[in-house]
Amino acid sequence: MNWLTDNKIPLGAWMENFVDWLVSAASVFFDLVSLTLETMIVNMVDAIEYLHPLAVIAIILVGVWFLHRSISLIIFVTLSLLLIINMGYWIETIQTLVLVISATAMSVLIGVPIGIAAAHRPWLYTILRPVLDLMQTIPTFVYLIPTLILFGLGYVPGLISTIIFAIAAPIRLTYLGVSKVPNELIEAGLAFGCTKSKLLYKVELPAAMPNIMAGVTQCIMLSLSMVVVAALVGADGLGKPVVRALNTVNISQGFEAGVAIVLVAIMLDRICKSPSSKNEG
Amino acid sequence: MAVVTIENVDIVFGDNKAKTLPLMDKGHSRDEILGITGDVVGVQNANIEVNEGEICVLMGLSGSGKSTLLRAVNGLNKIARGRCLVRDGDKMVDMAKCDETKLRHMRTHRVSMVFQSFALMPWLTVLENVAFGLEMQGMPKAERLEKAREQLKMVSLDKWADKKPDELSGGMRQRVGLARAFVMDTDVLLMDEPFSALDPLIRSQLQDELIELQKRLNKTIIFVSHDLDEALKIGSKIAIMESARIIQEDAPEQIVLNPATEYVERFVAHTNPLNVLRGQSLMTPLADLAVKDGKIIISDDISMTLENGKLTSVQGSQGEIPTARWTPETIIANVSDNTVFIVPANIAMRDAVEIRYHSNHLLVLEEAGQCIGILNDHNFYHALLGKHFGREEAAA
Repeated sequence: MNWLTDNKIPLGAWMENFVDWLVSAASVFFDLVSLTLETMIVNMVDAIEYLHPLAVIAIILVGVWFLHRSISLIIFVTLSLLLIINMGYWIETIQTLVLVISATAMSVLIGVPIGIAAAHRPWLYTILRPVLDLMQTIPTFVYLIPTLILFGLGYVPGLISTIIFAIAAPIRLTYLGVSKVPNELIEAGLAFGCTKSKLLYKVELPAAMPNIMAGVTQCIMLSLSMVVVAALVGADGLGKPVVRALNTVNISQGFEAGVAIVLVAIMLDRICKSPSSKNEG
Repeated sequence: MAVVTIENVDIVFGDNKAKTLPLMDKGHSRDEILGITGDVVGVQNANIEVNEGEICVLMGLSGSGKSTLLRAVNGLNKIARGRCLVRDGDKMVDMAKCDETKLRHMRTHRVSMVFQSFALMPWLTVLENVAFGLEMQGMPKAERLEKAREQLKMVSLDKWADKKPDELSGGMRQRVGLARAFVMDTDVLLMDEPFSALDPLIRSQLQDELIELQKRLNKTIIFVSHDLDEALKIGSKIAIMESARIIQEDAPEQIVLNPATEYVERFVAHTNPLNVLRGQSLMTPLADLAVKDGKIIISDDISMTLENGKLTSVQGSQGEIPTARWTPETIIANVSDNTVFIVPANIAMRDAVEIRYHSNHLLVLEEAGQCIGILNDHNFYHALLGKHFGREEAAA
């Protein structure tokens, strides 16, 4: 037993060396990525903050109406956003929304092509599966540390951690959707003269779309759940008041920030659900 | 003129073709080969020639390789050995060896397909589904939707153009499938059990519609079916498959009259032969009838007289029985009672039975103005029972 503890395998040290090596070898690259993403997010937040909150709410309501044409959803979204303004979390909500939407957009942009590639190549999915499991099960705090070192304080380590945590959903569900496209539809596509790319865009992706959209919705929810954690590395948003409330044992601040997060979550979930999937239950 | 020629085609599923093909040549069975190499023999040494305007039916139970062979014609299944030639203008293209571009050309302009489970795209409207293949041909949107709309009219579904496939019944969906294939205006149509998933009434209605369409459009059709009645109804040629091999290829009537093996015989036993058989196959030939005093004796009290091969009179026990001539244009319900009818030798047995029902007498068969035989009650019972159709027994 002593022998086991005395001869420690330096797993942690290896990882540290690897991160150190990354920092020294590619710090320019990481700084550039960090600067680009930070500028992008800060500018988006600034642009929205520049508008009057009621104007932003109006824009959101128009969008919701076009997507769902449901009076009850409009009423719910209006009341929720007004309550958030009333509690004084408008700016934090905008910051959170921008972070969530950027993380989701990047996860989908990277995840969907990987999911398609995996569906077409079984060996790739065999390799991917344990990696995805690992990314989802390692406590999120753990990879905040290297991302913090690589990208510095601010939105970006939060964004990158969120993507690592949330990207598994679009990859898995795209894989599922594309690999279970009925064989007869593939045969019909080929029999009528599809090329490989036509088959993908005209048959496989439309057939897999319900699954891919479910992946996007899941991705949004997972991103939102990372928001509080991202506050630990300096990402602004609704996580900040939660962390502050925790540190000062402030029940009322913690509750109000918590309510704001829940409202954002319910709004995003209802807005993302496609009208057709609602009918199917 | 041959439009599709399948020559010595072997299709093997699996990765050990190098080992499997020699085993097939040595005559090992499908099961043995599966045990030795793990490969599945889909089709073994198939040869068929399908001419322009023909409907060739591939018939067999599930797993006999009929759908596998069909899919070789448009290159969905790869051929291990042999050639599968399809006419392209005045050349024949080998679907097994042509490149990607040629294959696409053949699929968009020469060969289209109808599927058993319809295989319509659920996210497209009926109209867009019909236009799907035209889009692959590269036709501009307005033009292809216009053409698709015309085709939908032909299958009387134009009112459903903007519905999604899942709002249609099974029969309607397969009409959409047919429209999608016909709108391509290809010479060759592949149909993989297109009507098997439908109710019997809808099935027979769509079979009739297909026969009507075929009369107008004169396509070359390869049709897969597990139902011999369907095969006999629509096929101009039938190839029967059993465990990866074609065991008999013949005209529908010949399949019923001369089944090559017991397997085919079992199929035939369950069909209604009246639909395919012709009078001349089941008649009692003139030569087999006894002659007495210049009269041909048909039964104890009926005899007939011929002059230069033509029927002149029929004598019954109570004197002469009137004769009349029946042609396919005559409505059978209107034929007169107590008359001997002279009918063409290739009369369908179904018509012959109906004439006998109305006229109450035997039928005399005529070919090129010459009397060649008779159909009496014995022949009719024989056809109805359909036990065995060896020519000798029919004549007995």
